[in-house]
Amino acid sequence: MAHTVTSPVYVVRDNIDTDQIIPAQYLTLVPTIAEEYVKLGSYALIGLPDALYPKRFISEGDISTPYKIVIAGRNFGCGSSREHAPIALGAAGVEAVVADGFARIFFRNCVATGEVYPYDSPVRLCDVLHTGDVATLDFDVDTLTVGGTVYSLKPLGEVRPVIDAGGIFNFARQSGMIAGEAPSH
Amino acid sequence: MTLTEKVLARASGKAHVQPGDNVWVNVDVLMTHDVCGPGTIGVFKREFGQHAKVWDQSKVVIIPDHYIFTADSMSNRNVDILRSFVHEQKLPYFYDVIDDPTGEWKFDASKGQLERQYGSNYTGVCHTTLPWKGHTRPGEILFGTDSHTCMAGAFNQFATGIGNTDAGFILGTGKLLIKVPETMRFFLEGALPLGVMAKDVILHVIGEIGFDGATYRAMQWEGPGVYSLSMDDRMTIANMAIEAGGKNGIFPCDQKTLDYVNERVAENGTKSEFEPVEIDAAQVFSYDKVFDLSKLEPTVACHPDPGNRKLAKELEHIHLDRAYIGSCTGGKTSDFLAFAEVVRGKTVKIDTVGVPATTKVVRELKEILWGGQSVWQILQSAGVQLTENASCAACLGGPVDTFGRLNKPMKCISATNRNFPGRMGNKESEVFLASPYTVAASALTGRITDPRTFMS
Ligand code: SF4
Repeated sequence: MAHTVTSPVYVVRDNIDTDQIIPAQYLTLVPTIAEEYVKLGSYALIGLPDALYPKRFISEGDISTPYKIVIAGRNFGCGSSREHAPIALGAAGVEAVVADGFARIFFRNCVATGEVYPYDSPVRLCDVLHTGDVATLDFDVDTLTVGGTVYSLKPLGEVRPVIDAGGIFNFARQSGMIAGEAPSH
Repeated sequence: MTLTEKVLARASGKAHVQPGDNVWVNVDVLMTHDVCGPGTIGVFKREFGQHAKVWDQSKVVIIPDHYIFTADSMSNRNVDILRSFVHEQKLPYFYDVIDDPTGEWKFDASKGQLERQYGSNYTGVCHTTLPWKGHTRPGEILFGTDSHTCMAGAFNQFATGIGNTDAGFILGTGKLLIKVPETMRFFLEGALPLGVMAKDVILHVIGEIGFDGATYRAMQWEGPGVYSLSMDDRMTIANMAIEAGGKNGIFPCDQKTLDYVNERVAENGTKSEFEPVEIDAAQVFSYDKVFDLSKLEPTVACHPDPGNRKLAKELEHIHLDRAYIGSCTGGKTSDFLAFAEVVRGKTVKIDTVGVPATTKVVRELKEILWGGQSVWQILQSAGVQLTENASCAACLGGPVDTFGRLNKPMKCISATNRNFPGRMGNKESEVFLASPYTVAASALTGRITDPRTFMS
């Protein structure tokens, strides 16, 4: 089965840190508690300065986003180690972030939780695309297609099967590294 | 091999590792706190079962420190979640806010923010607590659910921040799969001149390599200049490896390291055996540069990121609304003493807030006397609003009633470590990172000020 997602994109610039993805005041929410997971999602990217990002990522009163793909510049997810950041994006409905580069802990947390696919793009897409442009991300061939132009993304390599499995625990069970049945999430 | 490679090789039972290798390491210490602890515990229970036991009780350290002195009920609840887990798992290292092991924590807002509201076991900020309580040892592996866990690299160990899922995995297995990073070497020569502190060193270096200049890499500090630095100075520097995107920062082990660690582990009865890693003759670096400490000047990282470097003297036109001293990197006793040196006998011109990193810092500032007055009194007489409630406080904004939080657009100079938009509260505010000397001098004038103006 082909694995693609088609959605309007949300475009941010360089250095979007974890406080902009999910501000510290919302970290009292515990992601493993189901209602609090949904709430975390409703605050995704709420820390972006309004002046720079007049179009909100999640509309007032909504709990999820129409933008399943986020396009970013350098160093996306820098700052704290809070796993709440990829979780908030995933809970809001984001499937992938395509950036010039990621901060290490954020990248790792994407993989560990299996919440979102962190794709590196060789082309600086945040200079080319605009919020609202509709794109198709093809996970099988690692491309992003926008209005007929096809951008090749850097393949995810060894972390890909971990995200596909839904995070490190599922992956570790599937590959026999840890014993036992996967719990129901 | 580099210092980081040597620690990782040993922890994974291999004779040799190189950058890019993925290795399973045995974890010596796992630290978590009130913000990520409840989620980590949630992951652990979900994946290993409601009755699962942690892999090794003596290797788990739990430190509530982030959102403590707030009336926010969710924050108070999160401290209670930690307590009941500690109780259930019989964990020996828990620095609780209250003394009653079955009680509930509730902050009493009517007492205000300044007066002490904690029991006898509470310590304050996790990264400053770990060395104080004897949990940092040369040659070991420390993971923490907090990005500034890299501060413990000052003690010649591999220390880095992880998320809840990885931490939950460690709680159950004691192991983690990690990639061996490339190492960048920062070779320090000379000694710090008047008015320049360890904070200026790291702000200078981050400005040099950029806010993502060390992404995925280890930052190794070497050279004669390193040995002239105190352990507090090394902690300030290692703490901010993450502000350049680094995976860890690491220092060689010398007599200062050994004295510090031996004293703390003896005082606290924590594990006392450890094996430092020494510098090899053959090391491969992805970056190697010499820095002359004697050439450095008071440095500031301007809004909106820690790599936005300027000299304090170039910024004297910037008017400020607040000065802040505190946090793991800038709220140690030595930081407050430096701050007090500058403001002693003078009066601050703007709103100035001080939050000691730990309860030990509070005690020491009250005990150290200068000319018959405690440093605590000297700071208060200068107009600094000091709280006894050691914690992270406004370093990361936090709930709106957090002491010192920027609740409206303001310009703040701060001895903390991070200044992305919204970090200290209001997302339109601007934070300038600087040394305790520079924060103090700026508090006196109400503008960003080179502290050498007040020193001779
Ligand atoms: S003091 Fe600041 S940087 Fe340090 S652990 Fe607390 S929030 Fe993080």
